[in-house]
Parts: sequence; C-alpha cells; structure tokens
Amino acid sequence: MRAFLPIVTVLTAFVGIWYLSVAPMNIRVALDQVERSGAEVVPAGAVERRSVSVWRLMAQNPDHIAVGYDLDRPRLPTPAQVGQELWKTTGAMALKGRAWSKRSLIHHGWITLKSTLWGFLLGTTLGIACAIAIVYSRTAQMSLMPWAIISQTIPIVALAPMIIVVSAQIGIEGRGLPKAVISAYLCYFPVLVGMVKGLRSPELSQLDLLKTYDATGLQSFLKLRLPASMPFLFTSLKVGIAAALVGTIVGELPTGAISGLGARILIGDQFGNPLAIWSALFSAAILAGLLVTFLDLIQRLALRQMGAQA
Amino acid sequence: MSALVFALVFWLAAWGANVWLSNSRWSGTWAVRLTVPLLFGATLLVLWEGLVLGLGVSPVILPPPSMVVQTFATSTETLWIDFVQTVIKGALRGFVIGALAAVLCAILIDRSPFLTRGLLPIGNFFAALPIVGVAPIMVNWFGFDWQSKAAVVVVMVFFPILVNTVQGLRASDALQRDLMRTYAASYWQTLVKLRLPAAMPFVFNGLKIATTLALIGAIVAEYFGSPTRGMGFRISTGVGSLSIDLVWAEIAVAAMVGTSFYGLMAWIERKVTFWHPSHRT
Repeated sequence: MRAFLPIVTVLTAFVGIWYLSVAPMNIRVALDQVERSGAEVVPAGAVERRSVSVWRLMAQNPDHIAVGYDLDRPRLPTPAQVGQELWKTTGAMALKGRAWSKRSLIHHGWITLKSTLWGFLLGTTLGIACAIAIVYSRTAQMSLMPWAIISQTIPIVALAPMIIVVSAQIGIEGRGLPKAVISAYLCYFPVLVGMVKGLRSPELSQLDLLKTYDATGLQSFLKLRLPASMPFLFTSLKVGIAAALVGTIVGELPTGAISGLGARILIGDQFGNPLAIWSALFSAAILAGLLVTFLDLIQRLALRQMGAQA
Repeated sequence: MSALVFALVFWLAAWGANVWLSNSRWSGTWAVRLTVPLLFGATLLVLWEGLVLGLGVSPVILPPPSMVVQTFATSTETLWIDFVQTVIKGALRGFVIGALAAVLCAILIDRSPFLTRGLLPIGNFFAALPIVGVAPIMVNWFGFDWQSKAAVVVVMVFFPILVNTVQGLRASDALQRDLMRTYAASYWQTLVKLRLPAAMPFVFNGLKIATTLALIGAIVAEYFGSPTRGMGFRISTGVGSLSIDLVWAEIAVAAMVGTSFYGLMAWIERKVTFWHPSHRT
C-alpha cells in the first residue's frame, strides 16, 4: 500500500502526457477533416501543410486543435476514446446479451486465453520435465542446458508463420495448436530455469538426512525437492504465463488469423481502424494483468498451505 | 528408408557417446563440455534429415537441413541485404536508442525515491505486456522503412532495461555510499564511480533480455509493411510463395544473429563486470 500513491502519480503523469501528445499527433488529420467540411485553415491544402511543422500548424489553427480529440480514425486516440471503444466491445455488448458475438472482444479474448492456457500447460510440463531430467542426469544437463539457452536467443516469431503453414499442411485443423506451440516455446524456458534452481535448492545436509532415513529417490524427490522448489516454480510460472500470452498474440499477428486479440490488431490495421488496434492492445494488457494476478493469488494460497512465512 | 535407419543409429550412438562422455573422468574439461552439446545438436539435425528423407516428407512442408544449407549458400546476397535492412538498420539502431533512453530515464527517476516506488511496479507490468502489438501502430506513424522497425524495438527494449537499471542503481549498499560521503564525493562522483559500476550486472541482465526482444520487434514489424527487403518481409512472402527453404535459411540467419548478439552482450558484460563474484575465477 506504500506504493499506492506513487503508482497513481506515475499513471496520472502517463495519461497527462498521452492527452498532451494527442494534439500534435492528430493535428494534420484534424485539419484535413475540418478543411473538407468547409472551414478556414492556414495554410490551405493538405500538400502545402506537409512541409509545415505540427507546432506551427497548432499555433496557426488554435480553434481546430479540439477536433483532434474526437476523430473517427485518429493517429493517436485519446485514453477516453480507447476506454469507450473497450466498453462498447465488452461491457455494453455483454449487457445486451451478445457477449459471444464475433464483434465482441470477450469472444476474441477467450480465444486468445484458450490457446495461451494450452501453450502454458504444454510449456510448463515440458519445462518441468526437462528440469527434472537436468537435475538427475549429468548427460541431460550437459547436452540440454546450452541448447535451452540458445533456443531463447532465436527469435521465435521468425518461425511463427512457418509453424502455422506446416501444421496446416500436415492436416491439423484450426489455429489452436500452432499458437499453443509458439506460446509453449516462449514459456518453457523461465519454468525450466526456475525449476532447476528450485530442485537444487535443498541443502546437502537435508538430502543427507533423507538418506539416513533410507528414503528412496522417489521419496526424497516428492518430500524434499518438489516442495522446496515451489517458491521458485511459482515465480517462474508468473513470468511464463506472461510469455505464453505474448507467444499467442505473436502467433495470431502475422498469419491472417480471424479470431483472437492478435487478429483484432491485424484486422484493425488492414481496415485502417486504429481504435480497434488500441482496444485490442489494452484488452491484451488487461488479460496479462489478470493472469499474473491470478497466479500470484494461487502462489500465496499454496505457500501459506505449505507453511511458508509470507 | 536407409536414411531413416542411419539417423536412428546415429541418434543411439551419439546418445551413448554423450552418456559415456559426461560420466567419464574427463567430464569437467572444456573439450567435453563443448563436445556433448555439439553432438546433441548434430543429432537433432541428423534426425531431421533422416526423418524428412526417410519418410519422404515434401520439401514444401519441411526441407531437409542439407537443402537449407544449399539455399543458404546460393542466396547469400539476398540474405545479406535482408540482414542489413532488419538487423543493422532496424534492430540495432532501435536497441541503441532504446537502451540509452532507458538508462538515462532510470538515472533521472532514481533521483526521486517517490517516483521510483511508483515506476517499478508499472515498469514491471509493462515489461510483461505483449508490446509487439504496437507494431502496426508504429508502421502507421513512421512509414514502411526501418524507422518504424526501430521505433517498435525502442518501445520493446525500453521497459526491461529501465526496470533492471533502476534496481541496479539501488544495488550499492549503505556502507559503500557512506564511504563515498566521507570522501566528500558529489552526487555525480558517487554515481559514476560507485553506483553505475555497481548497477552494471543488472543493466546487462536487461540488455541481454533486450537482445532477443529487439530481433522479435524488428521482424514482426516487417510483417505489417516493409520495403521489398528484410528478414520479416522475406519470411512472410516466402511462406506465401512456398519457397520454404529460403524461409528456413532466413530463420537460420535469425538464429545465428540472435545467438551472437546475446553472446556479444555476455562477452561485454564479462569485460565490464570483471569484479563481480560470478566472474571471478
């Protein structure tokens, strides 16, 4: 709670800067529109204005600056416009009982959420399995670990269109699986690294104690290593789910998908509808925030159950 | 079919060799540390080649690595043009601008503890967002050429570096800062001689995360419009025109660039933070 006031201040500053930059960003579009409807603009003609800086345009046409704050297709929409568009495509549609219509962001968010969760599940399982192999086998550690690191320096997006085309040709219907593969690729690494650290976190004396109890390998894994790795696991799960969401959206962006938040961004771009792009971006941000918060809650509950001191 | 059998035999043999090597008494030497992962990587390539040839997979779906190497060798000129457009012009410029802006911002913010408390959680949140989504907006604002790609990269690398630098600037402990005060060091002297060097491990952590982000940003931004060159452009058009081998050659370039960019950052980090416990030998 100590951070509450500073956060609000910084956010207010953000929004303030945003509002201020709307005027110079939109002045050209605004002047074009005003001129078409017959008003007097200095200098006249869009071509003449191209060589004039936005600041001079604003100084010479102070009456028309306000128009820039209420454009249909702004270069930079105002926060209020984005908020309105968000509400129009989520809450307002839900109230009318059309929450699942194709124009509603709830529908697209759900599609994105679904493949994010599949990718997250896949990536987490893979990450944990690899971590266990690495902790228990020297061979796995020596051969897997360098490649795991290298795999993260490869820009996966280069592969995204590839994965989608290949899976379409193999005969996998729909885009769910390829998107999940991309997000799994992005989220397995943080889980792998966190779990390796976590599984190795028990001290030697603790492992020795279990040996004196004549515990089998499986027992010492279940009763010592796994519980000890939980704090590490949850921390990396939070990084992982954010990465999985990025992966899904990247999977939806370049490939002509028609549903999902990434596809809304793409369609907004193709149809020249900036408000659709901005509202999809913000819903992706909200989704990311919700997912991380949700995992944070589970982490607190689980660790409290296990008797950790918060 | 023989290719498939060979690949499987090679796989088993390499696996055996790796198990033997890593459990042998030379397992600590650098030669073995290098051989084992290399052998593992080679196995993956051989398996890929064997599966594609042995099962008769069409090269339109998945070309064998040998074909990718051939394409790579014959189209180095195209690949070079794309490399210059995407990496040198887009990613690298964006990376430098973004990193400088982030470090400067961090130093400014650091002067006010109030702002730092507010900005850290927000910066962390932004760093987790799918910022690649701003690519179409940037292309709309800055046009099709490299400027828009650099802009996407700036936005993507800014927050991870900012958050890490702000954290790093707080890394020097009170005792050290007190010592600087007893020397009557000014704010700038303390900053340059103590706090910035102490922050370097954190800064480089951010820079290393940002290397991959920079490439991702530059490539994705090209999907939304670019001049008729660039890695992202070649990949998206190559997938459309089924010249998949060229796409894989571009992916190989992207992988090499990504790895060496990261390696370069890690190397500079070792040179700059030679005093850090994790680098002392």
